Amino acid sequence: MSLSFEAFNSDFWYACIGAVLFVVALYAFIVSQPLLKKLLAFNIMGSGVFLMMVGLAQYQHGPDSVPQALVLTGIVVAVAATALALVLLRKWVLSGGQA
Amino acid sequence: MIPLLLIIPLVFALFSVLLPRAPIKLIALPGLVLQLIASLALSVQIYRHGASDYQLGGWETPLGITLHANGFTVTLLTLTAFIAIVCAVYALVYLQRYRHEQRYFWPLFWFLLASLNGIWLSGDLFNLYVGLELLTFSAVGMVALTGSKPSLRAAIRYLYAALLGSLGFLAGVGLLYGQYGTLAIQDIAEISNAAAPTQVAIALMTIGLLLKTAIFPLHFWLPPAHGGALAPVSALLSALVVKASFYILALLWLDLAPEAVAPAAAQLLGALGAGAIVWGSWCAFRQSDLKMLVAYSTVAQLGYLMFLFPLSIGTSAVAAELAWQGTVLHLLAHAFAKAAMFLSVGTLVLALGHQSIKDLAGVSHRVPLALFAFGLSAVSLMGLPPSGGFNAKWLLLQSALLSGQWWWFVIILIGGLMTAAYVFRVFRVSFVEEARHQFAPTHWLLDVCALTLAAAAILLGFVSQWPLQLMQLVPGGSG
Repeated sequence: MSLSFEAFNSDFWYACIGAVLFVVALYAFIVSQPLLKKLLAFNIMGSGVFLMMVGLAQYQHGPDSVPQALVLTGIVVAVAATALALVLLRKWVLSGGQA
Repeated sequence: MIPLLLIIPLVFALFSVLLPRAPIKLIALPGLVLQLIASLALSVQIYRHGASDYQLGGWETPLGITLHANGFTVTLLTLTAFIAIVCAVYALVYLQRYRHEQRYFWPLFWFLLASLNGIWLSGDLFNLYVGLELLTFSAVGMVALTGSKPSLRAAIRYLYAALLGSLGFLAGVGLLYGQYGTLAIQDIAEISNAAAPTQVAIALMTIGLLLKTAIFPLHFWLPPAHGGALAPVSALLSALVVKASFYILALLWLDLAPEAVAPAAAQLLGALGAGAIVWGSWCAFRQSDLKMLVAYSTVAQLGYLMFLFPLSIGTSAVAAELAWQGTVLHLLAHAFAKAAMFLSVGTLVLALGHQSIKDLAGVSHRVPLALFAFGLSAVSLMGLPPSGGFNAKWLLLQSALLSGQWWWFVIILIGGLMTAAYVFRVFRVSFVEEARHQFAPTHWLLDVCALTLAAAAILLGFVSQWPLQLMQLVPGGSG
């Protein structure tokens, strides 16, 4: 199977970078002990997934509004998750735990 | 009728946020009764006219959101409404001593129901993701309700595990959309193939969902979260919440991309289930804390659900049908029995003032009804006849024999024996006569709630054909 260079347009690279971000952040999420660091890793993982969603869909089907709408929803969900996690972490630290 | 099942819990969630001073009984009970009526009415409608779709706001599928109801989903909706109403009555009494927690419990409770209903009815992958996330948020909030240090720790662990699981699921959704250009499950099912991207997507989603369903060895977050929460919360979490991610897993493997999953992978899931049964039961047997014993029992019982995959992928149609029926019955029976068990244990703990198994002496005299409810639910969990748990395990055993997979047959039998072992540890102590401490009086409604659910688990053994018939009405609804 031969692939021409044009097959790898910028959308393709977005998806690739997304996948790399996902894997790197997944590693950080699993390995790091501090809970706040884990939360940051989760956010980076989320960004990786969003890049993959938009990049991959546009690479295969051209410009498409559906994945962008999905990613918008995804960002809202991720913000809510981060907020909830921060509230819990704050309470946890106030009660004497290690963040 | 379909959108009502989302509107009712959301409206009542708003009520309970906006009117924190209004008497809770006046808000919660009418809402729950409405929800039960709506789900029963939808069941009747599906029974008469077959599966139906609903386009939210009249928008067609690529842009709009499709809700889909078939025999299986209405069974789950009715189960949810029924368990919710019993847990709510229990919570009304139980939470009287938790003034502060009460304010937050009811909004979270309604959001939990809304997201569960949303997941059962959802017809596309992205809605399932949103439903899963909302479910996680309300469940985590409920675990953290008391704000004590252990409960916060459990909630953070639960949240992190669940978030990781959702991202795996979302990555899979992205891959599938990139490949097929649609999110509707029925559309993907028609065109799905066994290409590598589909398999990667299914693998990512499966790992994410196994984490959320707390299947061994990804169960580490469940025992502290379910064992440490307030009794009505534990009951809801163990009975319903973990089943939602299993439901999505079954949808993926059997409906969405049946060609993309290999029998070897199904065997692997079965092996995880076997590991869950053996390890979960063993841990339950070793616990000194009564609520942790019940929580580990959930880990073990969830393992049986995993047998659906090896018994129905790459086997004969008859074996697959039996496996599907057995799994659905197990899901229902476990939901009733485990909710009953957590509620009865909650009553026991209230009466005793502690939750150590060693010091249960005198319970059979002083709190006999709670212990009786515990016993009835244990009958179903062990799989003794006549009970829903027995019928479920019987069907799974038959399916294992028919498909020639004797190793699952052996595991199911061992699981029953190990369940008996940890349950009888509780009974052995509770029938000791001399009580060394005071018993606090408990409200009779608490016992009634636990007994209702336990009786439902037993009765399911007599009316098993009802849910099974309802499911056979849908063409292709057998998975």
